[in-house]
Amino acid sequence: MTVASASGNDTAEPRPVPEGHVRLTIDGIEVDAPQGELVIRTAERLGIVIPRFCDHPLLDPAGACRQCLVEVEVNGKPMPKPAASCTLAVSDGMVVRTQRTSRVADKAQQGVMELLLINHPLDCPICDKGGECPLQNQALKHGRADSRFVDQKRTFAKPVSISSQILLDRERCVLCQRCTRFSKQIAGDPFIELLERGALQQIGTGEEQPFQSYFSGNTIQICPVGALTSAAYRFRSRPFDLVSTPGVCEHCSSGCSQRTDWRRGKVMRRLAGEDPEVNEEWNCDKGRFAFRYATAADRFTTPMVRDSESGRLRKSSWTEALRVAAEGLLDARDSGGVGVLPGGRLTREDAYAYGKFARMALRTNDVDHRARPHSPEELDFLGAAVVGTGPERGAVTYADLEAAPTVLCVAFEPEEESPIVFLRLRKAARNGGTRVFHLGQWYSPGVEKTTDVMGAGGPVHSGELLRCLPGEEAVALSELPEEVERGLSEPGAVLVVGERGARIPGLYSAAMRAAERTGARLAWIPRRAGERGAVDAGTLPTLLPGGRPVTDPVVRADLERQWGAEEGTIPGRPGRDLDGILAAAESGELSGLLVGGVDPEDLSDPARADRALRAVDFLVSLELRPTGVTEHADVVLPVAPTVEKSGTFLNWEGRPREFEITIEGTGAVPDCRVLDTLAVEMDVDLFTQTPAAVAGEIERLGPNPGVRPQPPDVSAQAPPRPGPGRALLATWRHLLDNGSLQDEEPHLAGTARPPVARLSAETARQLGVSAPQPVVITTDGGGELTLDSEVVDMPDGVVWVPGNSGESRINRKLGLGHGAVVDIAASSAPPRGGVTDPEDAAGAEVPAGTSEREIPLTAVHERYRTNGHAGHGGPNGNGRADNDGGSRQADGGGA
Amino acid sequence: MGMTDPLKGFGVTLSKMFKTVLTEEYPEVKKIPAPRFHGKHQLNRHPDGLEKCVGCELCAWACPADAIFVEGGTNTEEERYSPGERYGFDYQINYLRCIGCGLCIEACPTRALTMTNEYETADDDRRNLIYTKEDLLAPLLPGMEQPPHGMRLGEDEQDYYVNGPELARRQGVPENTTVETGDEEAVR
Ligand code: SF4
Ligand code: SF4
Ligand code: SF4
Ligand code: SF4
Ligand code: FES
Repeated sequence: MTVASASGNDTAEPRPVPEGHVRLTIDGIEVDAPQGELVIRTAERLGIVIPRFCDHPLLDPAGACRQCLVEVEVNGKPMPKPAASCTLAVSDGMVVRTQRTSRVADKAQQGVMELLLINHPLDCPICDKGGECPLQNQALKHGRADSRFVDQKRTFAKPVSISSQILLDRERCVLCQRCTRFSKQIAGDPFIELLERGALQQIGTGEEQPFQSYFSGNTIQICPVGALTSAAYRFRSRPFDLVSTPGVCEHCSSGCSQRTDWRRGKVMRRLAGEDPEVNEEWNCDKGRFAFRYATAADRFTTPMVRDSESGRLRKSSWTEALRVAAEGLLDARDSGGVGVLPGGRLTREDAYAYGKFARMALRTNDVDHRARPHSPEELDFLGAAVVGTGPERGAVTYADLEAAPTVLCVAFEPEEESPIVFLRLRKAARNGGTRVFHLGQWYSPGVEKTTDVMGAGGPVHSGELLRCLPGEEAVALSELPEEVERGLSEPGAVLVVGERGARIPGLYSAAMRAAERTGARLAWIPRRAGERGAVDAGTLPTLLPGGRPVTDPVVRADLERQWGAEEGTIPGRPGRDLDGILAAAESGELSGLLVGGVDPEDLSDPARADRALRAVDFLVSLELRPTGVTEHADVVLPVAPTVEKSGTFLNWEGRPREFEITIEGTGAVPDCRVLDTLAVEMDVDLFTQTPAAVAGEIERLGPNPGVRPQPPDVSAQAPPRPGPGRALLATWRHLLDNGSLQDEEPHLAGTARPPVARLSAETARQLGVSAPQPVVITTDGGGELTLDSEVVDMPDGVVWVPGNSGESRINRKLGLGHGAVVDIAASSAPPRGGVTDPEDAAGAEVPAGTSEREIPLTAVHERYRTNGHAGHGGPNGNGRADNDGGSRQADGGGA
Repeated sequence: MGMTDPLKGFGVTLSKMFKTVLTEEYPEVKKIPAPRFHGKHQLNRHPDGLEKCVGCELCAWACPADAIFVEGGTNTEEERYSPGERYGFDYQINYLRCIGCGLCIEACPTRALTMTNEYETADDDRRNLIYTKEDLLAPLLPGMEQPPHGMRLGEDEQDYYVNGPELARRQGVPENTTVETGDEEAVR
């Protein structure tokens, strides 16, 4: 940007206007702006703030609120009326006068503000937005000092619940359409809409269609007034009473930056942070609302040790617990060995401590953080293509996704598994003409919203679903349709593989081959926030920190030296993976287990995990809250939740997302500190007392000095063809499911997608099922699952079920995964009515006293009341010690 | 110092002996303060006994001495303490801090918080001077019932706010007084 002061040196040569720019004057300041820029943006760059409500830099301009009026002169001719600066593009020679220099603009703005306030209630004292409200602020700055409105204000029955989480107070709405534009343009869930006209105009949901969106919380954040609130935060605290700490979301590998607002040691709400390179200004509802697990009543506060007499866990001191744990682990190490299962939700620093603890204190490579279905092929793939990569070392980034001409998603459902990647793909498809292909089974909402996008100029068909059988992905990847093959060969094209690839033999090998064949860049997107960091931190049986292969003696010796360990401490043979560790524990080969944040329900065979946990002689659990591990643990050591510690997550790009401690002084300690102290009890020094110390050590170690491990080479197999009465199982997890980090959030749970089994029309016909009649899925192993059915367009002989939603806990119930053959039949049970009733969902607490909340909007007219609403104060006459005089006067413009 | 000065002094003493005495015979005789005296706070009730406080914390925010602590709770149909969505779940005033300025009662949007004429807030134990909700809530007058209970006087909270005086009348509160200012309270 170049700013030439009008009072500049007249004798100097006039500067040439840079290419693609125009020169205009705003409030007497001459400025060059790129063609097509909006006047409001240009003014912003000059530090001139024009008041606005509807304008948002990431949404298409709407010109809905008219608050941003300015006086404009084009080609020396003044425009007849003040113009909205948020829809007006700059042009050469334009002269703009804002409220700072033009009485006309100022008066116009005051007029608009007065009109807005006529329809605005005097809710400020009880409004969640009060104190951070653009309407309050701009009314004070650009509004009239007093009001001329003396009539009664309109009121609506309030609040209306748009979903179990989002509530709407219609009279507060200034009809700026930010929320509707967000849902349409960004999230692609056009469920909230402007209804009615004139004074009755309001935001509402279409009848019978709940606002079911994974991104609904963003509408609350961008609403310039307090019209949209969340059931979880409504009336809980006031913005000026909160401490805001920047942080990083601990849920998925998108790595959103966020703002945590807290007080009195408790998180009150979370908002999306701003990071243009990652999440822009958005986040998903899981990141926004799922945080109360950390304050659940069952959280561990003290260590526990199993009492040898009663056989029950009893509270103990840290000293005792650490001593018992150290002795037990030493015994177990010396008898059969100890396996380490850190889980995929750790920070990079905590994961590093687990890896180092395994090698140094337990002298084993039996460590695997992949608490989910996994495969040896995946292990090779991670070593060959993932570990040590990052944006500064040329890995695929969000920006690359946005700029890619073609993106192909394989074994990856962006909306469910990495919501911010989904938003980027949508943005790319909508603005940049990126073609998005999905290799999957059915036209899921996420596929639909990235392949058929409503662009600014009309619908855009931006991609295709490439249908294949579950398990056939690897084969399909080597025989891609001509169009996709060509698309992937264009420079910048990206091939995305999800962590579900581990269930499909040969997929990672096929993906690497396809990337080589076409020149497309490869990205691996896991589901959990800690997975990517743990790969680099060295919690895999084949990889030491930084991707050093355990089999390389030179690298190993070098690491031993840096760690100050004796030669030969780190075993040279690759360890067992998670399945191998559990099998060895079950058979008694391993005598001990050290388990971090692992929930047996997530593992491919929870029943086997239970048996292994029971069989093992000594079990130490580092946990936040009780899980299936706790009941078998000999020692339980409490660890800090993400808000009470600092650390770094690596997101799927490999980008470090550092965060500081949010709530201090709770006494909770991070895993790395617990492991450090435990190691000291075992006479080993890890030097992992604090996350900062670990980060320093990771920095010092640097990347793998040796060679990268070989890529996998597993041949793809065509899936079996199931006979009649049988089907291939397809599955992935919903974003909002039974995960324990979403506990204690009934309102959020109410917006989860209901679990249903999906089949093709032909399969349903063969089974004699008419949706939503339930189907029963059984396995040879005795597993059984009954779910309501839904017919979708998918290959015949396939049934899709959600991985871990409601009843549909397929690991536990079926013990089988994606691509397996199951028996399927019509069930005689009556349909359950798939739609989760938000009010039923886990006993959701619903603001009471609002009986009108369920009324359909068509009935709203009758509810439209103007029966006055006297300043919300109790008009109970005069109290003795109370001056009810002018201070709370009902006054139309007082807001 | 002149010769007559001691005499002048005695003169003053003598003249005072015939004037009215200013000494208060407290605590034997309690003084009645002025009607708008800022005394101990009171959390008021609606005529059916439901609490007026909605737990909005504005009083806590207005307080320059940081004497008030409020935490709101959510009403349910089964357990209702106030009309509307929220009620004051935890309410404390620390009289070691309170300077009696009355800003809190000005801030209260529901007139839940007012001040009584009660001024005997002194003690030798800190704990006794942190008044909790039980200490501050107005006593149940005739016609009132201890919450939790449903909204007896209207369909929703608007009925309570908009028709407040009228509701009080119906419950037998005399004209020109409110639930908080009726005779019953003056006796307290
Ligand atoms: S101006 Fe409206 S939206 Fe803003 S704080 Fe006041 S009542 Fe809430
Ligand atoms: S609800 Fe908020 S964001 Fe939506 S139109 Fe109304 S004021 Fe704008
Ligand atoms: S009277 Fe003043 S000091 Fe006392 S609690 Fe109220 S606001 Fe605080
Ligand atoms: S007493 Fe009044 S100001 Fe204080 S929390 Fe209750 S309603 Fe709000
Ligand atoms: S901000 Fe320009 S019309 Fe709303």
